[in-house]
Amino acid sequence: MMGKFFLYYSLVLTVIIFIPLYRIVRGPTIFDRMLGAGAIGTKTMVLILTIGMVYNRFDMFVDITLAYAVLNFIGIIAIAKFLGTEKTKE
Amino acid sequence: MIADILGIAAVIAGAFFLLVGGIGLIRLPDFYSRNHATGKSDTLGIMLVIFGLMLIEGLSLNSAKLFFALIFVFLTNPTGTHALANAAWQTGLKPWFRKNTEKVDGSCTGK
Repeated sequence: MMGKFFLYYSLVLTVIIFIPLYRIVRGPTIFDRMLGAGAIGTKTMVLILTIGMVYNRFDMFVDITLAYAVLNFIGIIAIAKFLGTEKTKE
Repeated sequence: MIADILGIAAVIAGAFFLLVGGIGLIRLPDFYSRNHATGKSDTLGIMLVIFGLMLIEGLSLNSAKLFFALIFVFLTNPTGTHALANAAWQTGLKPWFRKNTEKVDGSCTGK
């Protein structure tokens, strides 16, 4: 019962993940695109946890979620540092 | 059993907040307001989902790992959006004003 609930939950979550893709495709600035990428990364963490509940291998997917959270955070910080110091050197 | 019901309710509420954050990311007119939408709603949504999964899982090692993931998301997701907003402000991206309340000196009193 729990596996079936999380299966349908992951389907709904996949539809939710497609929403910020609009902002990535036609964002006016590059910051909008990076914000959409961060939002997709955040929602993907929830999707990985849900897939772990569906497959009954929750112990493995929790570790994958922690690693994915660290990678998402480091990526956003690196891009923000790069974009913030790019034009102020002039 | 009651923990399962509470956990499922928290997970569904988290999905609702993730949906609201996505809609705000589409509908709002400015980068800074979009940043506000995804910085608060997504953080609350993912914290609710992880808390609900902790309630479903019970007291185990996976629950402890989920607790660390919750603390990590609570600290890092607003930090990332703040870093993006800071970078946008330093490169000179102007905030959005409604047309008839626009001031020349950039103050946003709205009168």
